[in-house]
Amino acid sequence: MNIVVAMKQIPDLQQVRIRNRQPVLDGVPMTFGSIDKNALETALQLKEAVGGNVIVISAGTEELEDTVKEALAAGADEAYLVLDDELEHIESSVSAHLLAELIKQIENIGIILFGEGSGDNYSGQVGPRIAEILGLPEVGYVCDIELEDSRVKVTRSLEDCEEVVRVSLPAVLTVMADINEPRIPSVTQILKAGKKPQQILEVEDIGFDLKGDKKIVTLSSLAPENKRKQITVKNGEELVDALLTEGVIRR
Amino acid sequence: MAGIMIYSDKDELSFELLSGAKLISGHTGLPINAVCINNSEQAQGLAARGAETYLINNEAINLADSQGMASALESAAIQLDANIILLSSNRRGKELSGRLAEKLAAGCLTDVGSIKVNLDKIECMRNSLGGAVLAAQMITSDYKIIAVEPRVFEEMAVGKEGPINNLKIEAQAAELEVLEQRAKVGDTANIESANILVAVGQGLKSENDMLIIKELAEALGAEIACSKPVATDKKWLPEERIIGLSGKKCKPDLAVILGISGQVQFTVGIRDARTIVAVNTDENALIMQMADYIMVADLHDLVPEMTRALLVKKRLNGVRL
Ligand SMILES: Cc1cc2nc3c(=O)[nH]c(=O)nc-3n(C[C@H](O)[C@H](O)[C@H](O)COP(=O)(O)OP(=O)(O)OC[C@H]3O[C@@H](n4cnc5c(N)ncnc54)[C@H](O)[C@@H]3O)c2cc1C
Repeated sequence: MNIVVAMKQIPDLQQVRIRNRQPVLDGVPMTFGSIDKNALETALQLKEAVGGNVIVISAGTEELEDTVKEALAAGADEAYLVLDDELEHIESSVSAHLLAELIKQIENIGIILFGEGSGDNYSGQVGPRIAEILGLPEVGYVCDIELEDSRVKVTRSLEDCEEVVRVSLPAVLTVMADINEPRIPSVTQILKAGKKPQQILEVEDIGFDLKGDKKIVTLSSLAPENKRKQITVKNGEELVDALLTEGVIRR
Repeated sequence: MAGIMIYSDKDELSFELLSGAKLISGHTGLPINAVCINNSEQAQGLAARGAETYLINNEAINLADSQGMASALESAAIQLDANIILLSSNRRGKELSGRLAEKLAAGCLTDVGSIKVNLDKIECMRNSLGGAVLAAQMITSDYKIIAVEPRVFEEMAVGKEGPINNLKIEAQAAELEVLEQRAKVGDTANIESANILVAVGQGLKSENDMLIIKELAEALGAEIACSKPVATDKKWLPEERIIGLSGKKCKPDLAVILGISGQVQFTVGIRDARTIVAVNTDENALIMQMADYIMVADLHDLVPEMTRALLVKKRLNGVRL
């Protein structure tokens, strides 16, 4: 059985600084979204339990060939990528179509895993969109997975309840950040990652019109204004006095 | 083809969406249709708020099955001639919006935090780059799916009664089988409506120290909230108390932030607070940059000190404790 994990390359958000309300992305290294790493860890644990191959899929700029080594080092067996420098800011519907094409190239798929949201937009659309394109069942916000032959029993965590459901395979699952703790690859694993197979496709190979399929326009994208007093206080009493004076706490 | 359709699995969220639909309808003149699936109580609630309500009763449609739910809503949108579809951006709503968007070849925006209508253009604000920026976006496809965060709109007030119509939708039995549903252990805290919040992060050393946080919260009349790891990793507080991108967006008058570093995924949930106090041992912690009052201190010392100072002031002012 092949276990597919979709991962999105994003700038390392810890290193993004804001200047004049604009994010400064120059020189910021690329990585995968943190919940995507939980999805990968989920796949690796399933493989350890029942065998199979873990295949990472992703669409992004040329740097992805390098970024994907992170996932291969952590234990993924193979990667299928769509590379194009136009793929820097693609919307969810485009990602879904490109990734669905990659998935169609892979045989004998059991589970297709996603994080519940990408590290940058956290919009949570691509998993359900792909399930729709491929006509597969989908369960989101998964916090526990139990494989049973040709089916899977999963626990989904909603705001007010947990729901245990069973679906037939293949199925699309999106996992929560607290489902596991992603492993950190060793130095030897990192060195070997470059030798693992990467299947690379171009957008033309897929026959997809990137420009023709725009459904969203971004009018502006700015860091919110941050006007704060920035007063340093020395002790608890001074703090309480300041808050009383300000009237945010009542006497 | 034009009209607005709203749907949420949660009654109160559907009442909020009705207010959102009113805003769009006010500018565009488009009719509003409220859809309910296997929930006649919600239908009554929507009708009582003046909505043209459509009730789908078909036991083959299973709330837990995004595939069947999306099919049902796709048919409803076509039958009702609606192209602008408002859903709630809770977990079920987000799952549904992606799937429905793909069915309708629609652009879709989830986690929408505010909506502005400019002539007939619907501008949606949502966080992007992990919350570092706020993006204004617009959907250009014919069908538009907008999933709105809870509490962005007030619930529509009860008013002139609207009609409840039955809507017939064909459905196939769901492939997905629900084996069990268990309520999450009760915590009725509503950190989104609190005027004062005390938010605690991984700077707290042990679960026992939660006691001093409780004492401070009591003295302030505050609700206790937390950063994500305090709930999901440490499990010292329930997830309903998480502030941030994957938690709640709060706008209290006062937020006292204790031992939280201030990663952007946290700060998006608190940056609309009127006054922010940050207590941290690290003077360079990011949270300090967005504070009105900065206190470089160990929270385990500062918190009891602050509680004492509050109690003393209250006593001086004759407040009975
Ligand atoms: C997609 C995504 C969504 C996320 N959503 C959320 C979210 O909704 N909410 C959220 O909170 N996080 C979220 N996160 C995680 C977020 O990035 C941070 O990891 C998290 O907010 C850090 O929590 P913290 O500040 O409590 O811990 P840390 O970052 O570990 O910070 C602890 C702080 O405490 C200070 N400290 C230590 N000891 C003391 C002491 N004795 N007294 C005072 N201060 C002390 C330290 O200086 C430090 O600043 C999300 C991440 C991702 C990738």
